[in-house]
Amino acid sequence: MKKWFKDNWLLLLTGLIVGVAALLLAQLGNPKNMGFCIACFERDIAGALGLHGAEAVQYFRPEIVGIVLGALIAALCFREFKGKGGSSPFLRLLLGMLVMIGALVFLGCPLRMVIRIGGGDLNAVVGLLGFIVGILVGVIFLKKGFTLGRAYAQAKVEAAAFPALLTLAFLLSATGLVGLFRSSESGPGSMRAPWIVALLAGLVVGFLAQRSRFCMAGGIRNAVMFKDFGLVAAFAMVIVTVLAGNLILGNFTGFSFEGQPVAHSDGLWNFLGMVVVGWGSTLLGGCPLRQLILAGEGNSDSAVTVVGMILGAAVSHNFKLASSGEGSTPNGHNAVWAALAILLIISLICTFAKKKEGKQ
Amino acid sequence: MIDARGLSCPQPVLMVQQEVKRSAPKQLTVLVDDQCAVGNIRRYASGQGYEVRVTEQDDTFTLELTK
Repeated sequence: MKKWFKDNWLLLLTGLIVGVAALLLAQLGNPKNMGFCIACFERDIAGALGLHGAEAVQYFRPEIVGIVLGALIAALCFREFKGKGGSSPFLRLLLGMLVMIGALVFLGCPLRMVIRIGGGDLNAVVGLLGFIVGILVGVIFLKKGFTLGRAYAQAKVEAAAFPALLTLAFLLSATGLVGLFRSSESGPGSMRAPWIVALLAGLVVGFLAQRSRFCMAGGIRNAVMFKDFGLVAAFAMVIVTVLAGNLILGNFTGFSFEGQPVAHSDGLWNFLGMVVVGWGSTLLGGCPLRQLILAGEGNSDSAVTVVGMILGAAVSHNFKLASSGEGSTPNGHNAVWAALAILLIISLICTFAKKKEGKQ
Repeated sequence: MIDARGLSCPQPVLMVQQEVKRSAPKQLTVLVDDQCAVGNIRRYASGQGYEVRVTEQDDTFTLELTK
């Protein structure tokens, strides 16, 4: 037990800090139960860039920039910043899009899912069940030999391009060069913690998550595949911290399905949306947060995945796939079925066709 | 020897697990190219009773697992 704590204290600390940061950001202005949400914030960035026209969700979220830069700083400090890429970049872009489409049907990434659970939202428990099922399906293919192929060393300029571009765009947005970026005047996109706090929270979380390898999809996967419970304990730590924090702050009104902030109670679609997220994240090798961290470490495959997610958000809102507080949409239902079909095709081909190629 | 360089998480540690389950080798050499994979394999291999020695050269980590 003592050894377990020695091995996993940094993960537990990351879970604690992520939970505290989520509470703090929601308290200071971010939407309720959305202190941190990678999918929602990338969707807001897509809106800020004018990639979709949903006026309620447009804002260049400093948290995302902070997370990438925090991971970059950690990677530089510990000599882990390395150019790496070339492992099926287009499939990763596509998988990133699918993960985002699933997340926006559910209304949140895996991180927001646990934050919602800690806020008493039982719809997120349904989402968690779907997330677990998705991961288990992904694990089956991994065990059978699924791979997106090897990544290779890349130049430092390839590694630095994504963090640099993100930072530049953020500086343009934060220094008030208005007119360049769109910005919500009402709705979730207008609910924001002060940008400096959001940026700092992102930096701290990015730094810690890079050091601890924190990942929402890895927890359940490692527990099932390797009986390694460190990540899943960090996952639980976020829930416990957010729950305790909400109780202390007086935000907690009990567990229920109805009337939850930025959530709907279409159970089937909460479930299936998160199946897509769990399955896609397992094939990608990490959850949306982990993709940001890897992009900060210089992994351009992950940078492409993040771009795929931003593109997926644009597609979701432009074609009315994304749910709202009122519920999921018929187009969203069709998109989830399509996403599941595409995931199955990619899984089958990258598991069995690769094996055949390997034998030749 | 297992060459898991450039593969996404968790493929490197999974390849080690599958080899350990298949042939329970007394000695196994694994090549990886990131610290995350080193940590995963070290944790898994220690749990299986292996001693793990890591050396680094030109962005490649060589893990020597012995029992």
